[in-house]
Amino acid sequence: MASRTIKSLLVLCLSLFTMAFSGNVFANEKVVQTEQSNPAAAHEPAAHEAEAFNVTETILDHIKDDHSWHLWGHTSLPLPVILYTPKGFEFFSSAKFMNEHHEEIMYKGNFDYKIIEGKIKIVDATEAVDVEASKGLWDFSITKNVASLFVSVFILLTVLLTAAGAYKKTGITTAPKGVQSFMEPIVLFVRDEVAIPNIGKKKFAKYMPFLLTIFFLVLVNNFLGLVPFFPGGANVSGNIAFTMTLAVCVFVVVNLSANKNYWEHIFWMPGMHWSMKLFLAPIELIGVFTKPISLMIRLFANITAGHILVLSLICLIFIFKTVYASAIAVPFAVFIGMIELLVAFLQAYIFTMLSAMYIGMATEEHHHEAHEHEGHKNVAHH
Amino acid sequence: MFLLEVNPLVLPDIGLVFWNTIAFLVLLIVLGKFAWKPMLKAIAERESGIEEALLRADKMKAEIAAMQNENEALLAKAREERAGMIKDAKETADKMVSEAKDKAKQEYDRIISDAQLAITQQKNAALTEVKNQVGTLVVEVAEKILRKELSNKAEQESYIKQIAEGVKLN
Repeated sequence: MASRTIKSLLVLCLSLFTMAFSGNVFANEKVVQTEQSNPAAAHEPAAHEAEAFNVTETILDHIKDDHSWHLWGHTSLPLPVILYTPKGFEFFSSAKFMNEHHEEIMYKGNFDYKIIEGKIKIVDATEAVDVEASKGLWDFSITKNVASLFVSVFILLTVLLTAAGAYKKTGITTAPKGVQSFMEPIVLFVRDEVAIPNIGKKKFAKYMPFLLTIFFLVLVNNFLGLVPFFPGGANVSGNIAFTMTLAVCVFVVVNLSANKNYWEHIFWMPGMHWSMKLFLAPIELIGVFTKPISLMIRLFANITAGHILVLSLICLIFIFKTVYASAIAVPFAVFIGMIELLVAFLQAYIFTMLSAMYIGMATEEHHHEAHEHEGHKNVAHH
Repeated sequence: MFLLEVNPLVLPDIGLVFWNTIAFLVLLIVLGKFAWKPMLKAIAERESGIEEALLRADKMKAEIAAMQNENEALLAKAREERAGMIKDAKETADKMVSEAKDKAKQEYDRIISDAQLAITQQKNAALTEVKNQVGTLVVEVAEKILRKELSNKAEQESYIKQIAEGVKLN
């Protein structure tokens, strides 16, 4: 009982503190905005106030990829832009898309480029999108998500190579220490709870590096996505391109390791009447593709939904235009944040487990008798 | 397609796909070679080591138990043997004592009988000697007396008579 009271008190204090703090920040920002970015608006405060707060746009802005990494206030980290057009490659800084007043401007390279709704497009002289020319534009820029991905790769390499090095240094006779002791249970978890039950003791070893890499990459990006400031804040694992790439990798691995038995179950289901076989083949074939697609959508939707939820709760403060809304919004956002921590781990686990399951299905050994027995049983029941 | 155009969230960017593929492959190769392989190998080695150690401990335990049983059996056997030996020794000792007693008695008997024999013999010898000596003495005395007596004829005749009578007595 006592601990509960203390907890509620803590939440109350935190909310009050956040209220006061966010109120200040919000006020400051307003002042800065009026002074710096919009000198015209400073003369017309009424017009500025009237500018409606667009919740959807704000949330989407936070979830979408970006060509610069927002740090604080009006400071953001410009990122390299790499473009491939029919006229060849082009490299420049994304800072070139902004003028000193933080307004989006056109950049003149081989073509005229401008960021339209977060994406680089080729524009004509009147700054209107040239749809035809934009089709030939391939954007390989280091965006915020790519940069965040590199950060996660760096973290993974540092941490895991350190952990692996510890085995060489201390040998296998001593108990794991430091990073090693933190990583080993996770590796064991992936091995004993994910790989072995789904793939089987005989074949799991071959797929362990793949499953571990997927698990850690998703996990780290999920966690980095929850950090609200630099070097987190990018929504990598909630980006469809990220989940699609991983799903395609799983698709490739599953289908490359699939044995005869697997394909037989897809195209010519054993133990069935031939008409049923014809009927099942297209369904099973679609299943081959829906499995990785479900992986892709599940991770994307879960992570994005969590972020949207937190952002929506925070946006309540701006919708009601009162700091007192944070009394409700902040505790709820913290609560959702806790759930997101769980989801971050859970989704990494589920993605890996389903990948292992699909690999297990593709490499499963032939056991026709079981099917036939089932068939007989069904007949007997009928 | 329309949905994809409308919602920018579900439209994958080629750039992120490209970099992500590279990042994933780099991670897979580098971590696969330098992190997962040594880690999994070390873990497997440690596990097999622990398993082996446990097996060995079990085996040792069984061995110790077997040895204890053996020891107990040996001890029991030794105890039995000792008891047997003590019994045997006692028996032997008793036998020896009784044998010695018997032998001593026999010897004693023999010595006594020997002694008796010797005594009898000696006695007989002594008696024979005495008889002989007495005989000799008698003969000498008789000779002397005869010499003296035979000097006269009458006496000589009475004496022969006398002897003749004596011979008849013997």
